[in-house]
Amino acid sequence: MLQLKNLHVSVDGTEILKGIDLEIGPGEVHAIMGPNGSGKSTLASVLAGREEYEITAGEILYDGADLTELDAETRAREGIFLAFQYPVEIPGVSNTYFLRSALNAIRAHRGEDPLDAIDFLELVKDKAKLVRLDEKLLKRPVNEGFSGGEKKRNEIFHMAVLEPRLAILDETDSGLDIDALKIVADGVNALRDTQRSFVVITHYQRLLNYIVPDFVHVLKDGRIVRSGDRELALALEDQGYEWLETAPVAAGA
Amino acid sequence: MDRTAAPAGSFVASVAEIIGRIEGEPDRLVDLRLEASRAFTAAGLPTTRQEAWRFTSLRALAETPHRPAAPADAEIADLTIPGSHRLVFVNGRLSPGLSAAEDLPRGLTLRPLAGALAEAAGPAASTIGGAVDLARHPFAALNTAAFADGALIHLEPGAIVEAPIHLLFVTVGDGEPTWSAPRTLVAAGAGSQATVVEHYVGAGGESLTLPVTELRLAAGAILHHVRLQEEPRSARHIALQASRQARDSRLDSVALNIGAGLMRTDIDAVLAEPGAHAALDGLYLVEDEQHTDTHLDVRHAAPHCTSHELYKGILDGRSRAVFNGRIVVDPAAQKTDAIQSNRNLLLSAGALVNSNPQLEIFADDVRCTHGSTVGRLDEEAVFYLRSRGLDRATAESLLTYAFAAEIVGAIPVGAVRERIERHLVARLPQGELAREAF
Repeated sequence: MLQLKNLHVSVDGTEILKGIDLEIGPGEVHAIMGPNGSGKSTLASVLAGREEYEITAGEILYDGADLTELDAETRAREGIFLAFQYPVEIPGVSNTYFLRSALNAIRAHRGEDPLDAIDFLELVKDKAKLVRLDEKLLKRPVNEGFSGGEKKRNEIFHMAVLEPRLAILDETDSGLDIDALKIVADGVNALRDTQRSFVVITHYQRLLNYIVPDFVHVLKDGRIVRSGDRELALALEDQGYEWLETAPVAAGA
Repeated sequence: MDRTAAPAGSFVASVAEIIGRIEGEPDRLVDLRLEASRAFTAAGLPTTRQEAWRFTSLRALAETPHRPAAPADAEIADLTIPGSHRLVFVNGRLSPGLSAAEDLPRGLTLRPLAGALAEAAGPAASTIGGAVDLARHPFAALNTAAFADGALIHLEPGAIVEAPIHLLFVTVGDGEPTWSAPRTLVAAGAGSQATVVEHYVGAGGESLTLPVTELRLAAGAILHHVRLQEEPRSARHIALQASRQARDSRLDSVALNIGAGLMRTDIDAVLAEPGAHAALDGLYLVEDEQHTDTHLDVRHAAPHCTSHELYKGILDGRSRAVFNGRIVVDPAAQKTDAIQSNRNLLLSAGALVNSNPQLEIFADDVRCTHGSTVGRLDEEAVFYLRSRGLDRATAESLLTYAFAAEIVGAIPVGAVRERIERHLVARLPQGELAREAF
């Protein structure tokens, strides 16, 4: 579904990603871990189509086609979703209205009719239950006055309504207490299926107790220095990132 | 030309002629007109050498002789507010046929000033001009000297008027540059309540509208006031709104400046007695070469008064906005609570804003805050919306609409709110979509 080949990315002339190779198949959950400043959020931003990032070498293929040709909204309509590390407050625009516009833009792209207000409302109520989002937050302006946990849950709620094929969660666990973390993880797990893929970016192993990944990759200084399965994440929790300095780079990473 | 007062010859000559023709007005008013005429003649047209006019040049106006507008007919079918009490003035003169001021509720007087001023002991003749500083406002002086007619709204103590009162001022050009000076006096008695819409429109042609509005609120009066200016681009609009509030009165006033090529609005507000509250909000929506200038001058003269000002501007093209927000707190005005905010959204690289707060505080136990911002749309917010599937034009329209919504949503008259929404929709690439969001 998604292939990164020797991906190099710079911001303002500084190289952040220095040759990433990664292949994600349908239905797979890949965790990307790594210390602060390793390039995790840059990877998320590049996949979502943030324009200030310059791809200096390599390629990104989505369903075999060059993803970098597409602007952010077209990527969204093609089924890519980014759950923001810092969800943005949009004063004045109601959460429900925004979501309906987004969903109908995606449906139009697929050649489907817009969802009418009643069908949409049912869908929204259904999905809000999934992440136990207070219905009051549906009518409020997007993220405005939401607590940190509510903002993260709102991101997963958006994801549940928009039903992407590739979801990228950028440090969705940061700042969440254990109860909120479980709710978010439950929401994600409910959406897992054989066709939908996830890239779960996190600093901490804790999240991966609840969203169990198929693959774990460790990103360090712009490179994937180790890939493995869930055991790798547990080893990182025990030993931190330091031991990777001297350990050999895993084959294929 | 900018070094000294610009020649005001064509105006001065007209004023002398107008005053000479006036008959049947009480002595107080005749004296006031003569005093105003002298003040205007002495001041001349302001130039950019004067601090209050530093960013607003009247050079083109000074170089264009204007004559007083002649009576004319107008068409107002799509301008009315359903269910309102209405007076319509065309080129500063009452149009009885277009007005709808019969069956007024008890306690409301709504009538043309021309007749009311002839009654020496009436509320109009005894109070008109009292809130206007002729020395500081040369165009208000010109209005005072020369106004032919206007609206009197008088609320008896305790009168509650539910339906909005719509004052519609239409400027109709005749091919040559003309000026008119409509006048409004609102006197709200103790404990009364009403909603007043001042509405300025035009039918094209180079024109200059010089309105003066006085709002007098007695103790406990509540006045909702909307000032909607949507004259054509060929018009210049230079207005003064002067309010004076007694104890525990409440003025909620919003100024909506959409039209005219050049617009200048001076708002003088005096909180004269304890417990008075003034909310003075505004929205300017300008594009192309439009120039808007708002000068607020709020004076706290008594303790325990509050004044809240929120002015928002959306600028496109090569338009320019000037905002000067002065708040004066007198030594006696302890426990003043004054908040001022001016926020500007630039949609183009060519638009320009001069925003200047000016606090003069002479009391020591007060809370006064001000803030001023000028900026583009938040790119992070645009990206957030795009990353969920909205295209850039829709995302930007939505955010721009949301920026204005704080002011627009609070407009107390539905028909006015809808007019502003239509302006917004017309100016945004995906305005119709954005409108649905609110």
